Amino acid sequence: MSFLDVRDLKVCFPTDDGVVRAVDGLSFSLERGQTLGIVGESGSGKTVTGLSLLGLHDRRHTQITGSIVLDGIDLLTLDEGQLNELRGEKIAMIFQDPLTALSPFYSIGNQIAEGFRRHSGGSKRAAKQRAVDLLGRVGIPQPERRVDNYPHEFSGGMRQRAMIAMSLANNPALLVADEPTTALDVTVQAQILDLLADLQDEFNSAIILVTHDLGVISQVADSVLVMYAGRCVERGDVRAVLSRPQMPYTWGLLSSIPRLNSDVDAPLVPVRGTPPSLIDLPKGCPFQPRCDHLALVPGDRCAEERPALRPSGLPRGALACHLDEQTRNRIVDEDLLPLWEGSRA
Amino acid sequence: MLRFILRRSLSSVLILAVVSLVTFLLFFAVPGDPGRLSCGKICTPAKLAEIHRNLGLDRPIAVQYGEYMKGIIVGRDVTEAGDTQRCGAPCFGYSFVNHQPVWQTFLDRFPATASLAIGSALMFLLGGVGLGMISAIYRGRALDKIAIGLSLTGASLQIYFIGIVARAFFVDKLRWLPQPGYTPLTENPGKWFSGLLLPWLVLAFVNAALYARLSRASMVEALQEDFVRTGRSRGLSRRSIYVKHAGRAAISPIITIFGLDLAGLLGGAIITETVFSIHGVGQLAINSVFASDLPMIMATVLLAAFVIVVANLLVDIAYAAIDPRVRIS
Repeated sequence: MSFLDVRDLKVCFPTDDGVVRAVDGLSFSLERGQTLGIVGESGSGKTVTGLSLLGLHDRRHTQITGSIVLDGIDLLTLDEGQLNELRGEKIAMIFQDPLTALSPFYSIGNQIAEGFRRHSGGSKRAAKQRAVDLLGRVGIPQPERRVDNYPHEFSGGMRQRAMIAMSLANNPALLVADEPTTALDVTVQAQILDLLADLQDEFNSAIILVTHDLGVISQVADSVLVMYAGRCVERGDVRAVLSRPQMPYTWGLLSSIPRLNSDVDAPLVPVRGTPPSLIDLPKGCPFQPRCDHLALVPGDRCAEERPALRPSGLPRGALACHLDEQTRNRIVDEDLLPLWEGSRA
Repeated sequence: MLRFILRRSLSSVLILAVVSLVTFLLFFAVPGDPGRLSCGKICTPAKLAEIHRNLGLDRPIAVQYGEYMKGIIVGRDVTEAGDTQRCGAPCFGYSFVNHQPVWQTFLDRFPATASLAIGSALMFLLGGVGLGMISAIYRGRALDKIAIGLSLTGASLQIYFIGIVARAFFVDKLRWLPQPGYTPLTENPGKWFSGLLLPWLVLAFVNAALYARLSRASMVEALQEDFVRTGRSRGLSRRSIYVKHAGRAAISPIITIFGLDLAGLLGGAIITETVFSIHGVGQLAINSVFASDLPMIMATVLLAAFVIVVANLLVDIAYAAIDPRVRIS
């Protein structure tokens, strides 16, 4: 069994309008030292997946089924107290916006030290030293001075570094990073991603990187999982998926990335339409209303039958689509590769 | 932090100076003759002229104001009925009615008001905020619904209704509590406490409602902050999440309202004092207005303003202590 093994995870939120199936039967696994990128649009369930790994949903308003087995323990069978022992210790999370995710009322050092003492104990002095060390480790200059600063005295990039330092306080084995670079500008983004990769080498953590940015995925992930409407629609090794994607939704995502070497006047091709409501999904393929390739599938299968996840032909690849392999490869070779010519996300 | 306090104190002094000037002009520079108020029913022109001279009303208004302020800060000489007396700082003049120093009368009344205000404020602050915080933490459950219902009841009651009902019920009918009233703390602590208990409870009940609702809303909002979620993701204890992280974020708006409420109460809870026959500053102010006792009215208005400005200053300092972001700028 893998270090992290998620099986048939379903997360539902009952609302007045009906049950929102935010995550609907998601399975994946991850080894230590590996990075899994989860991509998808807003509302595809990627953040909900990340939060459910730490059990951060309000239990009274959320139904979670399936299993999340981390190092032999099914997290979904733990009670709140047991789970709280693991949070910040074995599993840690990095949030998207470090300005709001850090408390404005306490110094950076205080916040890092608090999480460290909570799990590792020790004196206040030792915890503060740990905070200084961690800040130094994530590349904050003069950490012994900066440790007493408040979040508003840090720049955006430094805040995200501090956030990372905080998540690393107890050497977590699994790190869930939810859009860790979205709030940052591109140069800082690259530094933060490098930092995450370095830290992964050092601590041998498993990382789940949740993002909507395929560029970020291509830089750091080993494998990628594309989510749509709460399900996995394609997954596989990151190189393979990004160079020869198989699923129309992944095609759409890759085609909508602006490229420096494309014609200035060439219009960006967005994925047309909007994500479906997660309350009542259409009967067939959830992507069917936005798909341009329905005609290539015989009969009304796309509208009638929900495609199951099956091998895609790529290394460790899988996809949920009714198109046959031959047709997919023809579309990639003839239509898409020329469009993306010379550039890779 | 020290510079922040210094700067705010300075601006408070400035505000007080402006308030005093406006108040003074309001009473002494508007049409109408303050001298007549002191003169009594049988007023001869000669007597009026003497009063004008004694009160300094024959001098330019700027000089009058200067003299009044000088009295408050260093004291001044006051002439009345022929003899001149030294009126030590802070001198607010002599009452037109009982011819006693205004400050002395105020000092006599203030302990009753302060006891009433501080006692009930502590009660409604602790009770209201506690209730509100618990409601927020158990949002949507039975405990929350009971607390909301209770605070709605409190918020819709008025002192002059619930006060009188409570007095009739607990004091006159059940005889659980003694007649409310004020006994100085130094004289008899037991009587001080038992006499004030009912006014405290009534005032606290009515005010706690507001605090429960305010702190519930504030805490609910704080619990939705991203950094609270971060805290949970780090496995922090419930206590740390609720008290250290969410509680601190929730407390600022409560302090603002509390500062103003406490100041208002210290300036005299007129209705409560009347309902429970406590002779405090509120009653003094009302009686002075009815008796046209100008120096007394002036003093109560100025002192109430003073208390409010000081309370605001303390609120600002508390803000800065709570939120490091306030200290800059």
